[in-house]
Amino acid sequence: MDFSFTPEAEAFRVEVKAFIAEHLTPDVLESTREGTIHNQGFHKKMAERGWLNGAVPAELGGGGRDPLEMLVLVEELQLAGAPIDGMGVAVIVAAIVLELGNDHLKETVVPPIIGGDALCSFGYTEPDSGSDVAAATTVAVQDGDEWVINGQKMWTTMAHIADYVLLLTRTNPDVPKHKGLTFFIVPLDTPGIEIQPVHTMGTERSNATFYDNVRIGDEWRIGDVDGGWAVMKAGLKFERGIAGGQFPSAMLIDAAIAAAEAAPRADDATAIDDPRVREQIVRAMIDLEVARGFAYKTAFLASQGVMFGVEGSMLKLFVAEAYKKHTQWFLEMLGSEGLLSLDTPGAPVGGHLDEHFRHAPVTSIYGGTSEITRNLIAGAHLGLPRS
Amino acid sequence: MFIRLTDDEEAIDEVFSNFFTSECGPETVREAASTGFDRALWDRLGQTGAAAMSAPESVGGGGADLGTLALAVGHLGRTLAPLPLIEHAVATRLLARLAPDHALLASLIEGTAIATLALQSDNPQQLVPAGAIADVVLWRTGDEIRIGSGGAPGEVLNNLADLPLNRRNLDELCTETLSGDSETFDLAIAEWQALMATALVGSGFAALKLGVDYVQERYQFDKLIGTFQSLQHGLADASTGVEGADLLAKRAIWALDTDQPNALTLPSMAMIFAAESALSSAATSLQYHGGYGFAEEYDIQLYYRRAKGWPMQYGPVGPELQRLADLLITTGAH
Repeated sequence: MDFSFTPEAEAFRVEVKAFIAEHLTPDVLESTREGTIHNQGFHKKMAERGWLNGAVPAELGGGGRDPLEMLVLVEELQLAGAPIDGMGVAVIVAAIVLELGNDHLKETVVPPIIGGDALCSFGYTEPDSGSDVAAATTVAVQDGDEWVINGQKMWTTMAHIADYVLLLTRTNPDVPKHKGLTFFIVPLDTPGIEIQPVHTMGTERSNATFYDNVRIGDEWRIGDVDGGWAVMKAGLKFERGIAGGQFPSAMLIDAAIAAAEAAPRADDATAIDDPRVREQIVRAMIDLEVARGFAYKTAFLASQGVMFGVEGSMLKLFVAEAYKKHTQWFLEMLGSEGLLSLDTPGAPVGGHLDEHFRHAPVTSIYGGTSEITRNLIAGAHLGLPRS
Repeated sequence: MFIRLTDDEEAIDEVFSNFFTSECGPETVREAASTGFDRALWDRLGQTGAAAMSAPESVGGGGADLGTLALAVGHLGRTLAPLPLIEHAVATRLLARLAPDHALLASLIEGTAIATLALQSDNPQQLVPAGAIADVVLWRTGDEIRIGSGGAPGEVLNNLADLPLNRRNLDELCTETLSGDSETFDLAIAEWQALMATALVGSGFAALKLGVDYVQERYQFDKLIGTFQSLQHGLADASTGVEGADLLAKRAIWALDTDQPNALTLPSMAMIFAAESALSSAATSLQYHGGYGFAEEYDIQLYYRRAKGWPMQYGPVGPELQRLADLLITTGAH
């Protein structure tokens, strides 16, 4: 066993920290307050370092960076609270296109996406299909060399600032549902697309997108007609390359300690003197170490070419469930002062514990709910029969 | 980063897997229930060299690191083997560190005498792990580390986990103070915690397997109960807990073997998490056995009792969490 990072990865950590110190300015952090967790200038700076391309396998023409270095990158960026929603999508879309896309897509879409000049959003979920993603009903019908698309997508986060949407459509209603799906990369300035904001109880803004007789050429199709499920699985595989570093609790613990040190209690004490608070901080630290174990293992397996380890699912499940619990503890310790929201005068640590509490529930929903993840673990890892 | 066994470790792991599965079935555990110890099994384990494998070569031991010892401890955990391997190995390493020329070391290396350590400081009347069978006890009083031998081990006190527990009166044991600083004892405690985490993880995996196997045999409402989503999710959570505990225990062992800055805190964190995960795994599997899980003849109850009892020998978790808090809560230290 060896849990140490290579000297190269440690050197890279130093580089990432220096990058954050230089480029993650208060202005950049401030720019996400409208709810879009993306900053174009910061995103472009990451692209210039080659980082958006880093997790894309070298054999596909990507950066092929060591998964352990990508884990270091995501871990440091998350700890610093950097806006990286755009990065996750860029990696997956670029990798899918390079693996399964045609020359048109490889030439038109990939360079600006990994260069930080274009953004993509995911168009999988629909009003009536979330976890049951293969039940998508947004229809694409072939008309000569073109496709005509009609339907609606939910949670197309960043679509309002993005250039493309990776769109899951129904091309055959007469076969089992996962055999009649086709993916397209649709330019968002195509006529017939309408984008409406979806506001959340967190600080994030998402979107609903509507597709009304949207016409695009066949060159925007990715993968085979009715071969959408294979594209979906490829995307999940590449997600592993960047999902190694899910540490929302790392930042939360820092905020909780700062808040506890400043939260007055009786007899000149503060919340940091409260044994219950101290216990909860330590328990959150233990959970964080468990998350690191899963993340290191996932990244190690990826570095060995194993893209589908159960550890990735367990990381997702464990981190989200632990993080929700932690946000509940740490908000509660502040008592009534904890009610004050982000940027409200007098809010403890700027209201960030309230922000974490609001954000946490979505982490066990997006990217696969905890329930779907448990199904995966029960089936693929424990070998239990389908229910 | 290399998070799997090397080929050499695989070979050693297989040796211990074969030893424990062939030599220590559930009947062995049941037969040792009243004593918590199987002397014949201990002697056979000694023949494999396991008892002394992690003692330094300079005192006649095998010179293996904790990571190698942990392979044996993991299988001990899976089979609930009634053997004081953890205590003996840790106490022997401690004595070798403090007094490499000590007269008692030879018999400890041979395995003819059994060593243990008292886990609580400044408590001469404490229940000592393996206290009912140990010939040699090491403990800490104030800043001093002491060793005692002689004083016949007493009767086993009946206990939840069928452990060889006894209250050794440390003040009355023939004692000698060992030279060396008190922090060496902290290291021994951390080694015990990391190995205990390893044993708990083993027990957790085994308990989970009992549950996963059972739900694939049992029918209710004309259906295999393993197809019910409520059971699948419970087992998925238990599995996630044990796998997470496994990775943390392995990292704690590695931290000790390579003298990492967190070598004295990760083992404690690992033990706390492994204790909860192993118990959760056993309790979940027991629940899914229905009434049979409560029956003495089913093995899952052995795991349920041991998973709770093993880490309780250390002491309550509350003060341990506060001790960790004192060590870890400084802004930006994690």
